Amino acid sequence: MDYIIEMLGITKEFPGIRANDDITLQLKKGEIHALLGENGAGKSTLMSILFGLYQPDQGKIKVAGQEVKITDPNIATALGIGMVHQHFKLIDDFTVAENIVLGVEPKKGIVLDLETARQKVKEISLKYGLEVDPDAKIADISVGMQQRVEILKMLYRNAEILILDEPTAVLTPQEIRELIKIMQRLISEGKSILLITHKLAEIKAVADRCTVLRKGKYIGTIEVKDTSEEQMAEMMVGREVSFKVDKKPAEPTEVVLMVKDLNVKSNRNLPAVKNLSLEVRRGEIFCLAGIDGNGQMELIEAITGLRKVESGSIHFLGQDITKAPIRQRTMAGIGHIPEDRHKHGLVLDFTLEENMALQTYFMEPLAQKGLIQFGPRRELSDRLIEEFDVRSGMGSETIARSMSGGNQQKAIIAREVNRSPELLIAAQPTRGLDVGAIEYIHERLVEERDKGHAVFLMSLELDEVLNVADRIAVIHSGEIVGTVMASETDENELGLMMAGKRKEEKEDGR
Amino acid sequence: MDDRSRLKKLNRWMPVIAVLLGFLLGALIMVVTGENPLILFKSMVRAVLGLNLDNIGTDKPVFSVRTLATLLVYAMPIIMTGLSVAFAFRTGLFNIGAEGQVLVGSMAAAVIGVLFDGPALLLLPATVLGGALAGAIWGFIAGYLKAKYNVHEVVVTIMLNYTARYLSNYVLKALPGSSSNETVRLHENALLQSKFLSEMTGRSQFHWGFIIVIISIIIFSYIINKTTFGYELKAVGYNPHAAEYAGMKVKRNAALSMAIAGAFSGLAGVLLVSGLFGKGRVLVSFENYGFDGIAVALIGGNTAIGSLFSGLLLAALKVAQPFMTAQKVPDAIAVIISASIIVFVAMKTGLVEMIMKVRRAK
Repeated sequence: MDYIIEMLGITKEFPGIRANDDITLQLKKGEIHALLGENGAGKSTLMSILFGLYQPDQGKIKVAGQEVKITDPNIATALGIGMVHQHFKLIDDFTVAENIVLGVEPKKGIVLDLETARQKVKEISLKYGLEVDPDAKIADISVGMQQRVEILKMLYRNAEILILDEPTAVLTPQEIRELIKIMQRLISEGKSILLITHKLAEIKAVADRCTVLRKGKYIGTIEVKDTSEEQMAEMMVGREVSFKVDKKPAEPTEVVLMVKDLNVKSNRNLPAVKNLSLEVRRGEIFCLAGIDGNGQMELIEAITGLRKVESGSIHFLGQDITKAPIRQRTMAGIGHIPEDRHKHGLVLDFTLEENMALQTYFMEPLAQKGLIQFGPRRELSDRLIEEFDVRSGMGSETIARSMSGGNQQKAIIAREVNRSPELLIAAQPTRGLDVGAIEYIHERLVEERDKGHAVFLMSLELDEVLNVADRIAVIHSGEIVGTVMASETDENELGLMMAGKRKEEKEDGR
Repeated sequence: MDDRSRLKKLNRWMPVIAVLLGFLLGALIMVVTGENPLILFKSMVRAVLGLNLDNIGTDKPVFSVRTLATLLVYAMPIIMTGLSVAFAFRTGLFNIGAEGQVLVGSMAAAVIGVLFDGPALLLLPATVLGGALAGAIWGFIAGYLKAKYNVHEVVVTIMLNYTARYLSNYVLKALPGSSSNETVRLHENALLQSKFLSEMTGRSQFHWGFIIVIISIIIFSYIINKTTFGYELKAVGYNPHAAEYAGMKVKRNAALSMAIAGAFSGLAGVLLVSGLFGKGRVLVSFENYGFDGIAVALIGGNTAIGSLFSGLLLAALKVAQPFMTAQKVPDAIAVIISASIIVFVAMKTGLVEMIMKVRRAK
């Protein structure tokens, strides 16, 4: 069997870190090859080298047996390598076809020949079963559809090798299933795929072989069908990993958060949360499940004060906080692990220490009479780094931007949990994180519950919902379609509810 | 030394490297156009150190304290406008309006100093604070409009520059005794000018304003680095969403930041009226103190100390200009140098990467 891509002995150093240390990756023609590793294991660096964004310090790259020097992405494209980034690079106001031809526009004289472009886009779309409408505006289509546009973009540029960077991170379970189908179709048409991921189930579902990296080092390449998920996890993390969350049954007591008849509007000014009521109690992990975009974000923003409430009320510990400013809610005892950690959770250009102080910087002992107390602040930061095992290059002085996603998330969790909030709201706290970090975060959530605090978890992942939650409410187009105990339900029931099917009412307020 | 600490060190020295590259380019252009680049070197030494190297070995004095003092006089107002632009920038706001804030600061100082008389102990602080307040109000207008109606501060501050010029011209001409292009002199007790300082420095125009500059630099650093307010301003500047999440009053902070920035510029106006000229002047065009402030802040990396040094540098170029012109070097050279320094500073990231690459290759 011939290798279409070989990366041999790749080594790449950055200031302070050896991101890739003698790594070998061999991709066969017509296979789906997964690249598995925790955050910071060196996957992105390796792919950036393949795509010409970085130059390796050592090692060589062969494409179809020929040694090549890929010094910039244009060369990679010319060699038939296409990359679908985790964050899409599309122009919202352009149509699908316009986005796809961007940079390689077909022309009639000096005029853009959009008709040819549309035809070709349609052709490719049909061939690979992508079902993309070339005339739709990017802003109007779903995230899953946008991803297909990115794939189409690569195919339009005659890519033979597709690199997909964490393609499922942004997709719903249904969309993931469709993506898998598309990937299989691509393979059957002779393409080769490199899949960057840390979701083991997906690797199991689609990949033929899998190369595992850990801390910049090459651990091994395995045949997926001969290897169990547990074995892969162990290779990735370097120790045994438990998938089951270990916890006692919940002992819920008094109501901490009470939302009543709440109405909230979305950014587009449409109703996003409709007459929604719910209660969260001390000593339980309440989970809001549902498919992305069904009002979860708006609901959480309304509870935490980031979004205006149209009508209805929010009570926290008996107090009406419907109109309270954010600061007041935080101080009253609401902790918030936000969904978008880069947008809300961190000031990326601040140091880790400054970020650890983000919620309490103005209070004693971190400040006195408006002056920052640098000693206590450093103490707090050092303690949290130690206690929550936040790993970074330079400890408290590390700039948050330079940290891996998992450690950024740990830093946020450290900051929020440390305030010992009566109610901890965690919105997709494990999104994009690796197995080790997920395990850790789940343990922390259970620990908070066991301390007698209330935990409000919002998650899109059914596994997480079923594993961690005590009580599950499913949200669909802004309404709670049913509330069930985690111990009394299963994936099928939740899946149906997530699709909008109401549960036969037997609710007793809990 | 490992890569990381090398990078850190390099980043710290980058402004200096950019400045040297700017001069190198200037010298190169002189060589190409057939001028002697030594003239540039000598003129800069004379501007910065007050040493006239050409006078060595003659009986003319080599050192002139007056040149040094002139450097400071030139530098003071642009250091202040530099602080102004830098302060707003820390909150993520681009203060193009330093120019207008200087003008209203000048206007307020002139109005107070012309209309009122009293003991220096009262009148001088009133003049200084009046100028600062006027600048602060001018800055606050832009900040408030941004906070309340999300009007972009660049647009508002540019407009306010013109408003400030016409308003201050109108007001100054209306003061008792004003001619069509200037007011009468301010009352003696409202002036920062000092015979003592002037005579100490070879009859230069040096004045007490330097104390205002020093205090401003200290206040700037103190607010930004030591206070929770400064922490908030920086958080808002870097990431307003995270600042909101943390319960900070993002909009109020933006408005306040613009007001403080305006106060720095207003003080620059005070330095001009009460320190340099001793009277209010009706202007037919901008004098670019505010716009120079943008360059000062940029080269100085938006810090107080950085603004101090870059203000001195740009002032030195201005002082050196006539020395060069006297030796038939076109004054465009000074402009080219300051412009290329700015370009090199803006290219900072790329330059750092280049230098690191060269070092690694070695």
